[in-house]
Amino acid sequence: MQPNPDLGETAYIAVRDLTMAFADRVIQRDLNFAVRRGEIFVVMGGSGCGKSTLLRHLLGLQQPAKGAVFYAARSLWESPPSERAAILRKTGVLFQSGALWSSMTLVENVALPLGQFTDLPPGEIEAIARLKLALVGLAGFEEYYPAELSGGMQKRAGLARAMALDPDILFFDEPSAGLDPLSAKRLDDLILSLRDNLGATIVVVTHELASIFAIADNSIFLDAESQTIIATGNPRDLLADSTDVRVREFLTRGRHYRGDRGPDRADEGRV
Amino acid sequence: MASPNDGQQPGFPAESAAHAPFVDVRRDASGRLAVSFGGDWRIGSALPDLTPVHAALSDKTPQILVLAAPRLSAWDSRFLTQLMGLADLAESRGITVDTAQLPRGVCSLLQLAHAVPERMDTGREPDDPSWLAAVGRWSQWLVQDFRDLLAFVGEATLSMGSVVVGKARFRRVDLLRLMQDCGAMALPIVSLISLLVGLILAFVGAVQLQMFGAQVYIADLVGLGMTREMGALMTAVIVSGRSGAAFAAQLGTMNVNQEIDAFKAMGISTFDFLVVPRLLALISMMPILCLYAMLMGIIGGAIVAVAFFDISVSEYITETLRVVQMRHFLIGLFKGLVFGVLVGTAGCLRGMQCGRSASAVGDAATSAVVTSIVFIVVADSVLTLVFNRLRL
Ligand SMILES: Nc1ncnc2c1ncn2[C@@H]1O[C@H](COP(=O)(O)OP(=O)(O)OP(=O)(O)O)[C@@H](O)[C@H]1O
Ligand SMILES: [Mg+2]
Repeated sequence: MQPNPDLGETAYIAVRDLTMAFADRVIQRDLNFAVRRGEIFVVMGGSGCGKSTLLRHLLGLQQPAKGAVFYAARSLWESPPSERAAILRKTGVLFQSGALWSSMTLVENVALPLGQFTDLPPGEIEAIARLKLALVGLAGFEEYYPAELSGGMQKRAGLARAMALDPDILFFDEPSAGLDPLSAKRLDDLILSLRDNLGATIVVVTHELASIFAIADNSIFLDAESQTIIATGNPRDLLADSTDVRVREFLTRGRHYRGDRGPDRADEGRV
Repeated sequence: MASPNDGQQPGFPAESAAHAPFVDVRRDASGRLAVSFGGDWRIGSALPDLTPVHAALSDKTPQILVLAAPRLSAWDSRFLTQLMGLADLAESRGITVDTAQLPRGVCSLLQLAHAVPERMDTGREPDDPSWLAAVGRWSQWLVQDFRDLLAFVGEATLSMGSVVVGKARFRRVDLLRLMQDCGAMALPIVSLISLLVGLILAFVGAVQLQMFGAQVYIADLVGLGMTREMGALMTAVIVSGRSGAAFAAQLGTMNVNQEIDAFKAMGISTFDFLVVPRLLALISMMPILCLYAMLMGIIGGAIVAVAFFDISVSEYITETLRVVQMRHFLIGLFKGLVFGVLVGTAGCLRGMQCGRSASAVGDAATSAVVTSIVFIVVADSVLTLVFNRLRL
């Protein structure tokens, strides 16, 4: 088990002793970690270890079997519904499957949260929605329906929708899955600029080593076998210092660590 | 089985002629069981009987099972599953399996299949098939379903309340589109069905009434029947099949695609945004449809009366106006309103309860129709009884 993270001023999202389960089947137990305000926090781990499930718990979509999730020291699950809604209103999420509203065009998808939670005039809402779509490289597809897009385009549209309200906290579930290397690089740049320019706190689930090293300030590594966090910290530090062979293999794509120097990928980030 | 032509197909590497698959079992003195395979072991082949191998593994248990395939001409996953079956059997008897002599491709695929150990905590118990367990599951489901219904009604009431005080959260275009779907688009089928119901009522009644020379009372029968009862009932049944099922399928599909989760995660209430406009559409359209159905039914009755029973149009109209009063219309409209709420509730509830698969969406739509019809018939009985007691 991990030691309790400090839940002081700096922790924006704190997870304490969180156990996730479907009926009797435990997915992860006793998770403890903290996400600081304004950092990019990466959740890593093998397929099926419970990363998407963790996001669902952070978003209040699934109730913890045990433990708690805190946003700025307010417990998500013990708050009354109105307060929970207020907390969630500060978040934006990109689901692994995109989860766009299929009966609405892209621009309507992005505009909907704006229409719900702001008093802006319709023209301005639409302008913002178009801007967000342009930011993810979907200018020109505003009037398309989600079903008329490719998988990667749906992902990007989902991203635009997540960013619609310029939320404080963004959750991205495998944003670069299904994207070509160049789009993936642009996406990393976008994520970095969201943090740097808008001060967003971003939780990203990703397997993409290049983007892990490029964007992560901090990370946790979930393991399916031991059902818990087996490493915490900046991925570069993990690569340099971790003695755990599972972490090591993950961060080097299975290549065995050869001694003093990490693989080339480790040096790619933030050039 | 591979035909001799296989080798000549363009683009395919030439294959050696297909051989019938065979297996050869040999046991040597040192307790080794050597099993060698030959021929064509593929999905299309007629495989030889493996019982001799099983038998050899069972009696006078050998220590080592050596698998080899020196004369194998072709193989695919079928061969692998057969090998894995043998290897598992051997291992369960504590026999060491030696695969070193199998072709390299076979070996590496077998290794891959065993590379990630099976997760032990994923096991599922199959459902207990006994009837007692089935009754138990069913009653659990019933209790849960009732709870879901209560929760749904509670939330829906709150959301409708916020609409009443002027805080609607849904988009007006959605409501208008839903009203069009539930109302205007249902007109043709409602016309047809209620006209026919009017005809049927008139015929059934007229045959009896004619015996007393009282054909003119057809108008009473049809008029009262359509306004108080059949207009609302038939419309509700049609709407449950059209809109109730559609609501369940729409919301169910949104659930499958995680679209519902996306609403929840953004803090947008699915009740405010999805359920309320659907309920409102039905609440506003059902009475109008019912009124229309009543008129169509009366016209149906008139057609029969005039065409077959020598009643003039003016006679029919006078008689209808004499007996059908405002309260009968109002009773019918009130029923229509209630049925609309029930159909909307059943449709949306089933949609929101929907599981995460295509078949679950189908089940949700079916269940929405069944549930609505049950609700409708029960509510109709209660209302009819109440109105009777009130002498309305
Ligand atoms: N609705 C569900 N019901 C039961 N079990 C589920 C459900 N959803 C997920 N699981 C189980 O939870 C585990 C974790 O799933 P999850 O989707 O969180 O994995 P993941 O880490 O996101 O994997 P990937 O990287 O492949 O997306 C899986 O083993 C899966 O079987
Ligand atoms: Mg996932």
